[in-house]
Amino acid sequence: MKKFIAFLIVFVAFLIPLSIEAKDPKSYKIGGVFAITGPASWLGEPERNTMMMVVDMINAKGGINGVPIEAVIEDTVGDETKTVNAVKKLINSDKVLAIIGPSRSGTTMAVIPIVERAQTSLISCAAAETIINPVKKWVFKTPQSDRDAVVRIYDYMVKHGITRVALISGTTGFGNAGRGQLKDIAPEFGIKIIADETYGPQDTDMTPQLTKIRGTNAQAIVNWSIVPAQAIVAKNMVQLGIDIPLFQSHGFGNIKYVEAAGKAAEGIIFPAGRLLAVDTVPASHPQKKVLVEYKTMYEKKFNDPVSTFGGHAWDAMWMVAEALKKAGADKEGIRASIETMKGFVGTGGVFNFSPTDHYGLTPDAFEMLTVKNGKFVVLQD
Amino acid sequence: MKKLLKSSFSKSIFTFAIAVLLMTIIRNPYHVGILIFLGMNLIITMGLSLLMGYAGQISLGQAAFFGLGAYTTGILTTKLGLPIITAFPLSILLTVSIAFLVGIPTLRLRGHYLAMATLGLGEIVHIVFNELLSLTGGPSGFGNIPLIKIFGIELDNDYKYFVFVWAIVAFILFLSLNIINSRMGRALKSIHREENTASTLGVNTSRLKLTIFVISAGFASMAGFLYAHYVTFLSPGTFSLRFSILLVTMVAVGGMENIWGAITGTVVLTLLPEYLRFFKDFDILIYGIILMSIMILRPEGLYGIKIPLKRLRNNS
Repeated sequence: MKKFIAFLIVFVAFLIPLSIEAKDPKSYKIGGVFAITGPASWLGEPERNTMMMVVDMINAKGGINGVPIEAVIEDTVGDETKTVNAVKKLINSDKVLAIIGPSRSGTTMAVIPIVERAQTSLISCAAAETIINPVKKWVFKTPQSDRDAVVRIYDYMVKHGITRVALISGTTGFGNAGRGQLKDIAPEFGIKIIADETYGPQDTDMTPQLTKIRGTNAQAIVNWSIVPAQAIVAKNMVQLGIDIPLFQSHGFGNIKYVEAAGKAAEGIIFPAGRLLAVDTVPASHPQKKVLVEYKTMYEKKFNDPVSTFGGHAWDAMWMVAEALKKAGADKEGIRASIETMKGFVGTGGVFNFSPTDHYGLTPDAFEMLTVKNGKFVVLQD
Repeated sequence: MKKLLKSSFSKSIFTFAIAVLLMTIIRNPYHVGILIFLGMNLIITMGLSLLMGYAGQISLGQAAFFGLGAYTTGILTTKLGLPIITAFPLSILLTVSIAFLVGIPTLRLRGHYLAMATLGLGEIVHIVFNELLSLTGGPSGFGNIPLIKIFGIELDNDYKYFVFVWAIVAFILFLSLNIINSRMGRALKSIHREENTASTLGVNTSRLKLTIFVISAGFASMAGFLYAHYVTFLSPGTFSLRFSILLVTMVAVGGMENIWGAITGTVVLTLLPEYLRFFKDFDILIYGIILMSIMILRPEGLYGIKIPLKRLRNNS
């Protein structure tokens, strides 16, 4: 009995401090939820770094309308339950005006019902089409869609007379979504998918799948996955002596993967935002200025090569900043001004939002890149 | 007062009352939300405590049972459009029968074969969630799972769901306490101490272990059912081996010798990460240090730790 009472006292005492909240009304609070640690840390880390960098930039110039921005960033570990808790904390305890993130599609889908109910804008840094299709009132996203990436790849293939394609993809959310789009859109371009292989996210060898593909008369292979499989597929292809072109997804967007694949990466073709090949983007291009600014700042500050993923957070944070300038600390105002944003130049492309389009980009946001001498260059066709 | 709290019924009612009281103090959906997840974890670990502490068996497949409960109700209500009231018993039934099939051969063996079998089961279930695209949506998961409606009230906010979850927690606690205090509970304890002696005394050891394993799987799928209709989105990541291990850790940290130990461990390990958010990037490090110190300083678990105050009073 005594034990039971003691137990209850400890239990209650443990819970009470949870209800203590901090309040500081003299700033605009913006939340960030990224997979900073865990299996998707390669997404979350550059996103977190970028968001903090942009907030520092804004505050160094005196904030927005004289009010500084305060970033409250939470780690999701790429886990849904943790993300749900983090988003609830940001909305209810920190009382943020808008949320940037999460990094992954699954975690984004899990928090959509929460932000819709709490009426807080969420600008996701995850790519999946389902996030914004159908349109959700409070949800936007900055990364280019899988669909647009596939359209660009097929477009290129048709131009170069490739009609028989072999697919190979990882069984992750990203790989699965891309595989679906690749299969759906193929008939529109008159492309035949003659092999459809998959592998597990932890697999370290894709020789069996590639051997099967070698037995077909495919003219090209499309691999849709995230690290490290992207480098493994390229290496295995060289080992097996398969010399048809390899196309990768826009998930190939980090020079580190090229380093991991070494010589095997040469000639890989993939769609990507222009950020990766800033040097080869013509000076007249509207995005040139933003791209150069972000790349030089990020690489100087963090001493790490810039990746597409950090760019998603850059775009989202500047969108929020612009919305704050117009609407101030008004959640509905922020949402409305993001929704009506036109011609916003970001690292991902030029965004044109509307009430029926919370994505704002076109396939044009992608450029076909290739690897040449260990560097990304824009592919001239 | 003392007498009043003796029975398992009043203990459960009391737990529920405290929980509801807490909710009225903490008027913040974030904190209430954490306590909802705590409730779900408690439902699973109470079952696991029966299995680990009383039957002396370890299951590394609780996350799979949790997932089976969640996915079954999720698929039945969204893809087949069944009402929740029919999906609920079906999801429990499916999980329980899978646990039964796995348990029959493995629990006849001595030693920790159940841990191995459930480890395998967990992986199989995880692969099925990932690969059965047409039903589970694969790694991308699926959403739009309907909310629960009771007596015409839709459980559409955290407060309503909190009351619902904790009512079930209280009910599960009541069930568990009664199992422990029954002939079955005493027989289980005897198996844990001396399996040979127990069987000579006429305890059907393998059947008893099987029963308790199936019950713990049922509890886990109950929690899964609650998870599905609360988060309304499911993807395989939530139901991985990592979560199974975390659940076993909760029971071990709290103390395996009785059910209050499991409850203590679950409360501590569910709430600790939320406290540690304050430390930003160092949270994992501090979490690890705390966990390690508990296991070094108090290997038998947190529950029943002597409060220094008592010792001070005795000394003076």
